[in-house]
Amino acid sequence: MCLAVPGRVLDIEERDGTRMATVDFGGVVKEVCLEYLPDLQVGEYAIVHVGFALQRLDEESAKQTLELFAELGMLQEEFGDAWEMAAAEAGRDVVGEAGK
Amino acid sequence: MKYIDEFQDPELARRLLDDIHATVTRPWALMEVCGGQTHSIIRHGIDQLLPDEVELIHGPGCPVCVTPLEVIDKALEIASRPEVIFCSFGDMLRVPGTGRDLFQVRGEGGDVRVVYSPLDALRIARENPDREVVFFGIGFETTAPPNAMTVHQARKQGIRNFSMLVSHVRVPPAIEAIMSSPTCRVQAFLAAGHVCSVMGVGEYPELAERFRVPIVVTGFEPLDILEGVRRTVRQLERGEHTVDNAYARAVRAEGNPAARAMLEDVFEVTDRAWRGIGVIPDSGWRLSAKYRDHDAEHRFSVEDIRTREPAECRSGEVLQGLLKPHECAAFGTLCTPRTPLGATMVSSEGACAAYYLYRRLDLPAGPTAREATPVV
Repeated sequence: MCLAVPGRVLDIEERDGTRMATVDFGGVVKEVCLEYLPDLQVGEYAIVHVGFALQRLDEESAKQTLELFAELGMLQEEFGDAWEMAAAEAGRDVVGEAGK
Repeated sequence: MKYIDEFQDPELARRLLDDIHATVTRPWALMEVCGGQTHSIIRHGIDQLLPDEVELIHGPGCPVCVTPLEVIDKALEIASRPEVIFCSFGDMLRVPGTGRDLFQVRGEGGDVRVVYSPLDALRIARENPDREVVFFGIGFETTAPPNAMTVHQARKQGIRNFSMLVSHVRVPPAIEAIMSSPTCRVQAFLAAGHVCSVMGVGEYPELAERFRVPIVVTGFEPLDILEGVRRTVRQLERGEHTVDNAYARAVRAEGNPAARAMLEDVFEVTDRAWRGIGVIPDSGWRLSAKYRDHDAEHRFSVEDIRTREPAECRSGEVLQGLLKPHECAAFGTLCTPRTPLGATMVSSEGACAAYYLYRRLDLPAGPTAREATPVV
């Protein structure tokens, strides 16, 4: 759970008084809170942890990290269906609807 | 993957390794603090590429693993209540509490949901005003700012049906506890990169000076870890003990000031028990008095739940670097990722799970590969 993944800001908007961005993580797109990096701009990269941008990152190192994470299947681990993964590891069936 | 040609930049990896081999003259024990680093080291076989003189001791930096059994039991109790929607990161689902886990609570009808971000839990609270929504807020300094912001938003937006079960932990007091232990073998630390992205490096010079240990801020990718080890070994061989930043692309000296300010507002420092280790003074955060209304322990009156840790799991010794996972008699037999005795076998950042996933077939059969008692 300590994985922090670099992502690129696609667009920014204020929502409920909070600065939010749409961020692309090598193809997976997520909503990310920018309150801790309020001057981050569209097109820039940041390290994102559980939906929060925590530190700026230069484009080249961000891309290298994303490439490595994709190769190792770590993006799937971070953004995939946690219920299914936990069930598979436990050797149990998913209870109820998955990813509710 | 323990072949150097599988690294992202094999030539750079080779150069870093050559430098470490050329520098080292005698045995050194380095502790990597973070579970993400442990996972990366075992997955890529970095410890096997290093010279025999350089030993990596796996530290207590897996937040899932160190969350005390008693807090898990509080989570299970709250999650079982019919009015509650209990939200958690996926890693916590299978961490065994006393007799069951969150996965089973859901099987028995509890409304347990996995979220990617604590803000998802806040949204669920907004959408379900007639339910009590509880988020399981665990983690180190990296995860604390997102959780702090979420509680802050709940208060600001008046979302009263949202509360958080908080069990945050802090790295510097853990380093202090490890160095103060009479069985300590650690001579240097690879500090956790993303913790320092938030907190900066200001807490470490005093520790480096007091315990005369190099502390090198290190990232998580294989090349980052090699560079962290390289800089650490250099300091050790020269008799130095300073704080160095080998992860400058993501760590600034001051960290993230906005996040640090929010942590100060929402949390206050408290003593915290670490699973398998015991209480470390000042090593945790809890919600400050201003946010007590959003404290799930208080709201659901579970403060009095006290649980004794079972004796058969030796994860406490693993988390202190006194025992390698495969040296435990239960490793791979009684204790596997499907039937974990403790959290170090559950989380992908736990040392036991990493050894099981990537190394068990290479390990000698039988409970102990070498003497399992701690060597002082």
